[in-house]
Amino acid sequence: MSADTETHESGDSEPWFESAKKIYPMSTHGLFRRIKWGLLFFTLGIYYFLPFVRYDRGPNAPSQAVLVDMEHARAYFFFIEIWPQEVYYLTGLLIIAAMALFLMNAVAGRIWCGYLCPQTVWTDLFLWVESKVEGDRRERIALDKEPWTFGKLRKRATKHFFWLMIAWWTGGAWVLYFNDAPTLVWQLLTFQAPMVAYIWIGILTTTTYLLAGFMREQVCIYMCPWPRIQAALTDEKALNVTYRWDRGEPRGSLKQNKKLEAQGMPAGDCIDCYQCFQVCPTGVDIRKGIQMDCIQCGLCIDACDNIMKKIGKPTGLIAYDTDENIQRRIEGKEPVFEIVRVRTVIYAAIIAVVGAIMLFTLLNRDFSDISVLHDRNPVFVEQSDGSVRNGYTVRLSNKRRHDRSFMLHVEGMPPNTLVEAVGVDTVFADRPIVVVGPDTTREIRVLVTSPPDADMPHSTPVTFRITENVMGEVVTTADTFKAPGKP
Amino acid sequence: MSDTHNKEVDQISGVETTGHEWDGLKELNNPLPKWWLYLFYVTIIWAVVYWVLYPSWPLISSYTTGVLGANQRQEAIAAYEKGIADRSEFADKIIATSLEDIAKDQELLQFALANGQAAFGDNCAPCHGNGGTGAEGYPNLQDDTWIWGGTMDDIHTTLLYGIRSDYDDARIGDMPAYGRDELLSKDEINQVANFVASKAGLETDEGVDLAAGQTLYEDNCAACHGDSLEGIQEVGAPSLMSANYLYGKSLDAIKAQITNPRNGVMPGWADRLDPATIKSLTVYVHSFGGGQ
Repeated sequence: MSADTETHESGDSEPWFESAKKIYPMSTHGLFRRIKWGLLFFTLGIYYFLPFVRYDRGPNAPSQAVLVDMEHARAYFFFIEIWPQEVYYLTGLLIIAAMALFLMNAVAGRIWCGYLCPQTVWTDLFLWVESKVEGDRRERIALDKEPWTFGKLRKRATKHFFWLMIAWWTGGAWVLYFNDAPTLVWQLLTFQAPMVAYIWIGILTTTTYLLAGFMREQVCIYMCPWPRIQAALTDEKALNVTYRWDRGEPRGSLKQNKKLEAQGMPAGDCIDCYQCFQVCPTGVDIRKGIQMDCIQCGLCIDACDNIMKKIGKPTGLIAYDTDENIQRRIEGKEPVFEIVRVRTVIYAAIIAVVGAIMLFTLLNRDFSDISVLHDRNPVFVEQSDGSVRNGYTVRLSNKRRHDRSFMLHVEGMPPNTLVEAVGVDTVFADRPIVVVGPDTTREIRVLVTSPPDADMPHSTPVTFRITENVMGEVVTTADTFKAPGKP
Repeated sequence: MSDTHNKEVDQISGVETTGHEWDGLKELNNPLPKWWLYLFYVTIIWAVVYWVLYPSWPLISSYTTGVLGANQRQEAIAAYEKGIADRSEFADKIIATSLEDIAKDQELLQFALANGQAAFGDNCAPCHGNGGTGAEGYPNLQDDTWIWGGTMDDIHTTLLYGIRSDYDDARIGDMPAYGRDELLSKDEINQVANFVASKAGLETDEGVDLAAGQTLYEDNCAACHGDSLEGIQEVGAPSLMSANYLYGKSLDAIKAQITNPRNGVMPGWADRLDPATIKSLTVYVHSFGGGQ
């Protein structure tokens, strides 16, 4: 029993589910098709070739421009190097991404969905392969109905072969972002790459193949949350791919409408040729108005414009427009296009502010760091001479690519306080000098002992200060010194 | 259902009944969904395959072992041995390096501290506490009061052979039971205890002859605890001037210890832990800060 024929057991013949109807988008040409090709080459070009871009960071550092190095817990993006504790930069990036999405939506609807979303881009590529191998819409419909012959088998096999090649390359490019790309390519070719690389390639090959080859518009309609959010965010001023029904209706065949025109009866420009519907990758009839299934790729504009040129009518029966403008034209007013509105300004301002903050923090990023953890058990230790000692675990980070030494000073303690670091030779009694290797951290145990005659209070706020010996870079962090004294 | 018996069909739901009836209530025959049934069969097949591959059926004195030869005990032993092998690179270095030099090698120090911390939690914490702070009768390893010495070598020796343990090289120091064995009278114990308390900065009982206490101290105690109560680490006689007393710093506690001393035992670890771990423990305990 397949899902579409399953019926109520009571004998009711109404089906429970309707299977998705297969969509055979027709090829078209025109401005928006060219824009889509351009963006496809641009985005896929970045995705496939970016791992091979080199960026010199000096010795002992990866030379890949964009790299997420899981093994050493570092992420690189050209001049930016991110340590795991700095992942909060990602927050800024996500805010910018969300705001860019909102801004696009406020300006011209689902630009993201129609032109830039990976689902759209890869589906477009897969569709192109499909039409090259199996032919355009009509040939594909016919081929589906044909019995299995050698010719059909050859076409199908060819199509799936190319699909799988693209899908495999997609997964292959993904893993290159996590390893030195040229090395990994060689390892993959000689079957010496780590198993996890093959597993990830397998996963992404499968998802790409399934999502772009088979699920296509279903992903947009049923899986993606953005269409719902987009519908809630949009306003009457946002441009959308719109059928100008004020001009198109009443629709009718070319002959019929010409006859009506001759009789002085109202006749629209829409000749009901269904070209807009046939090129649609999500199977939408744009003439029904704005709808959730429509990803606003603009291909119906191209298709309609081509027809309008052929029948000698002005283009733009389907165009980026607003409902408000249709209303204005009916009322005989000039249409208005307001790109600069409160919301577009706010979105742009948020992007600019967050971008500026991120850039500022990145450029002024500290190249050393200190974190201090006070011993919990024991909080303090009384010595035989009456002095009190506190133990701390101190971690120093050196984000430069060479050895650097830091002088550790604990401020806020009385004179003659002893500061020792386990495993560090003492030069000054209260200021250990700690050497930290290139691009790494060093954890040391630091013991702070108050002088015997100091009557230390229950808790003394102290500041751990490290001073880099050459450049004098200073980083501080606050902690406390505990003693048995009264609170 | 293909049998053509007079199956009654329920009018409302359109489902056949099983023919069972209780006081007019009839049971509908709703079969299991097919996918559920097949899944059930799959689990049965799964079980049979499992019996063949893995240990499963108990027999009278043994069990079926399965053709894969799976054995969790051997897996655990293999994992343990792999752990030993994995850390052997560092463990071998620890064994080859002197205790003082371990602290000078950053990597080796990190390993020794981590290894020592783990071993301390497993073996030492029950008595000495998680952070090495000890308790009454269990020495505090964080402070600078050491009964048997706080240098790396001293700590290492104590760890290897223990205190008053069964090892031949164990540290042995027995304080005589002056009260229990009637070596001193109750008054004499009172006098010497008050003398020690006066020296240690504690309040003393009124009207006690401290001079007599001093004489008693010099005759009985000074041989081990030293002429000026500073203690002698070679025989494990603690300093009586320290701020930290093992069995409590009070006049009553001093009296109790002279009358019927407790001589605590620490086990030796030479036969229980591997040499690298004992050395790691030494470095770890020394890093508490009290080490000399």
